[in-house]
Amino acid sequence: MEDIKPQLVKITFDGIEVEVEPGTTIMQAARKIAEADESQAALVPPAMCYYKPLNASGGKCRACLVKVAQGSAKDPRPMPKLVPSCITQVQEGMVVENTTNRGVLDTRKSIVEFLLINHPLDCPICDQAGECHLQDFAFEHGSAKTRYEEERRTFDKIDIGPHVQLHMTRCILCYRCVYTADQITDKRVHGVMNRGDASEISTYIEKAIDNDFSGNVIDVCPVGALTDKTFRFKQRVWFTKPEDAHRDCDKCCGKVTLWYRGDEVLRVTARKNTWGEVNDFICNTCRFDKKKTSDWVLEGPTKVKRSSVISANKYRADLVKKPDFALKLAASQYKPVDDDRAYVTDEDTIRQQSIENNDKANHRSLLAKNN
Amino acid sequence: MTETPNLVAFTPERLEKVKEIIARYPEGRQKSALLPVLHVAQEQWGWLNSEVMDYVAGILSIQPVEVYEVASFYTMYHLDPVGKHVIEYCRTGPCCLMGGEDVYGHLKQKLGVEAGQTTADGLFTLKEVECLAACGWGPVFQIREQFYMNLTNDKVDQIIEDLSK
Amino acid sequence: MAKKILTEHINVPGIETFDVYRKQGGYTAVEKAIKTMTPEEVVEEAKKSGVRGRGGAGFPMGMKWGFLAKPEGVPRYLVCNADESEPGTFKDHHLMKSIPHLLIEGMIISSYALGANKSFIYVRGELMYVIRILEKAIEEAKAQGFLGKNILGSGYDLELIVQPGGGAYICGEETALLESLEGKRGNPRNKPPFPAVKGLYQSPTVVNNVESIANMSWIINNGGDAYAAIGIGRSTGTKLISASGHIEKPGVYEIELGVSVEEFLNSDEYCGGIRKGHHLKALVAGGSSVPILPAHLIMKTANGEDRLMSYESLSDGGFATGTMLGSGGFIVFDETACIVRNTWNFSRFYHHESCGQCSPCREGTGWMEKVLHRIEHGHGSMHDVDLLVDISKKIEGNTICPLGDAAAWPVASAIRHFRDEFVWHITNPHEATQPGAVYRGEMELA
Repeated sequence: MEDIKPQLVKITFDGIEVEVEPGTTIMQAARKIAEADESQAALVPPAMCYYKPLNASGGKCRACLVKVAQGSAKDPRPMPKLVPSCITQVQEGMVVENTTNRGVLDTRKSIVEFLLINHPLDCPICDQAGECHLQDFAFEHGSAKTRYEEERRTFDKIDIGPHVQLHMTRCILCYRCVYTADQITDKRVHGVMNRGDASEISTYIEKAIDNDFSGNVIDVCPVGALTDKTFRFKQRVWFTKPEDAHRDCDKCCGKVTLWYRGDEVLRVTARKNTWGEVNDFICNTCRFDKKKTSDWVLEGPTKVKRSSVISANKYRADLVKKPDFALKLAASQYKPVDDDRAYVTDEDTIRQQSIENNDKANHRSLLAKNN
Repeated sequence: MTETPNLVAFTPERLEKVKEIIARYPEGRQKSALLPVLHVAQEQWGWLNSEVMDYVAGILSIQPVEVYEVASFYTMYHLDPVGKHVIEYCRTGPCCLMGGEDVYGHLKQKLGVEAGQTTADGLFTLKEVECLAACGWGPVFQIREQFYMNLTNDKVDQIIEDLSK
Repeated sequence: MAKKILTEHINVPGIETFDVYRKQGGYTAVEKAIKTMTPEEVVEEAKKSGVRGRGGAGFPMGMKWGFLAKPEGVPRYLVCNADESEPGTFKDHHLMKSIPHLLIEGMIISSYALGANKSFIYVRGELMYVIRILEKAIEEAKAQGFLGKNILGSGYDLELIVQPGGGAYICGEETALLESLEGKRGNPRNKPPFPAVKGLYQSPTVVNNVESIANMSWIINNGGDAYAAIGIGRSTGTKLISASGHIEKPGVYEIELGVSVEEFLNSDEYCGGIRKGHHLKALVAGGSSVPILPAHLIMKTANGEDRLMSYESLSDGGFATGTMLGSGGFIVFDETACIVRNTWNFSRFYHHESCGQCSPCREGTGWMEKVLHRIEHGHGSMHDVDLLVDISKKIEGNTICPLGDAAAWPVASAIRHFRDEFVWHITNPHEATQPGAVYRGEMELA
């Protein structure tokens, strides 16, 4: 142990010291802290585009921006801008501020806002709801209101192949599905077309994405842009029960999670780690064609994060929290509604505000009249 | 309208040119030729339909989607049929200061089309573009490689007349 | 007459040909560098000259060259950034079409200094006619033994390739340019690694602006120290300024850095003053990305000192009362110009040119444009003004590349200095949307 230690790099992340191997990113260092102590999970920067199993992913969504208050022991100057923690490597003596830095949290709030301005709030009819990273991100870091009053971009839903539907309107352009196709299939047929906020994931001309591993784009998608057609509208995920299972497969590892409603397997996905990343990609046969319990060797219930809605009101009586624990948890996670409007109860003021809010509408009708 | 290419192949001269372009780059980096080769393709067919792009992908040994991604990113590549002359009109600030918007209004009226449309006779397609790096000589538009500068309504009339002949 | 380094011979008839260029002393610098100097000595002269990147960032070119990694057996590349697309900037266009050999000579010297055997000039695709001029000039230089194998018998080989872009402002960002040069979408790369370590084809690469490189032949002929003696302070040498807008004589002018803004704007040698019968209202001094200045901050800094055409003087006062030299796109507005309309116009530009890779820029530029469009068209509300400032702040500094900043600054600065005009648009929508309507409230004109 003693002789390995000098090779490690020590950094301070939100006041917690952690030692990691050189070349580790700030994000991975933060995850290491949380993996050692689950109660620190909230310290880990959110990742909307970064996906460890995919090379070159990350750096795009800016959700994980953090403040480097001290660059390294050698050069203690702070970094002038916030840096993406998912692709920035640690240096010996680096001091990183995440949840302890007001500026970082403010920026993160604005990233939520940016990602949501062109995202439909159709969670009630979206299959991803309950396991959507954008939903979590918005819930944990977003604002309760939107300031966006303009038109949102929309696209038509299209089928890409027999099993996958692309609903581009929901896409946040993380590029994960593009990297997946590049890195685990031999021939990529979809990509990012156009540019700016007109960018879209597309095959350009209507082409089916047809290869044995195409279904994995569903698992890597952080939102409901790519969904499993065999599962669409079947069930809310929090009413399904995940079980780990495996089978001998000649194409992939065969290790999956089966999602049950009663005795029926509604869908099959790859197994994911704490950070929502798949452990091993699976083939389409396992995913789409093996939907009988008899196809599988069951291993037992999938471990679901306590904070996940999927674990709510569930079957494991032994995991149901005692009221005092739940209350403590609630108290520790309590935060005031994130809304900086002044709340007023005074009737006159409310009336006045309502008049002001109507100003614009009045203005428009006035304008229409004048013209 | 430019005819839809039915037989997708470069002319022998253009194929020579394409080979010369590909040879410019280091071994294994032939994808670098994509932008220049797409310009050559557009020169031949006027616009890039998916057969043309697939053909280019084949020549460069890359996936067709890599060509679509690139062609749709850059504004110079026409992904829809265009008229004989594509008028690329600068709509950016410095040209507007020199009366660019008024001249543009006149041009639209003259042609009877809006941005993105082609005249009924198939002669002109009007496109709005951003700054063409000719701000001191604005208002400016470009047709193929030719810049038309210091535009006025009269000049526009003259240019359109000359090109309609 | 002020010192001319780049444009001394630009009006000589036939200067675009090798023979005429040669007669004016062209290619002597290549001879001097390759025959009598080591690459390190050439780099040293560049460092001594203090010449700063003329594309907008203003980073010292010699220092940038010094960062180039030189691992054994790995090719190094020099790429010239001729993707000039910043609104208000057209100097490289002018230089390349008028005197192409100046750039080619600079490319040979610079490539020699960096040890590059294959160098690229990435020209925006819209300038296809300029590309043909450059290609012709390269052929001529090659025929004369200044390019190709064993240049001037020195054993040094150089191949020069002109690469056309496809129409994308973002490719002026150096890593987007490299992506584009590799035949990909112009998405800027995350840094580090910087191009000096991993650039084109993952090899060490230097990317320099046309004007920066074109300075090299003069620097080699006259020495870096002589170059550094021109100009003022750390703003050494001369600078090409693209002048446009409401002035008597729009065009490209070469100035000695340090000439006063007043002289540049009003003297007949340069802009010739505001067009007759009009008054100066505002100025964008360095291309559309830099903060716009109101009349009272143009000729004098906030401290009452003369404002000079130099990196330091233009940025005096920070963004509160100053701006930047940027790429030298000098756009002049008289009292007939509507700042709101112009801000919307610039904002539309950045919205159109955002690559769409990172969320603050992709979503923020579109949002700003839509809000500005509303204000300009008479549908704004009072909270929109602060909303715009806030969006711009949330984009600035949080994006992969500087396009985010470039989109944020014009909006933030227009509101900083011309808030009244925005408010007038919102409170007088009917009047403000009349054709040619411009705010004529209390505003200082010069």
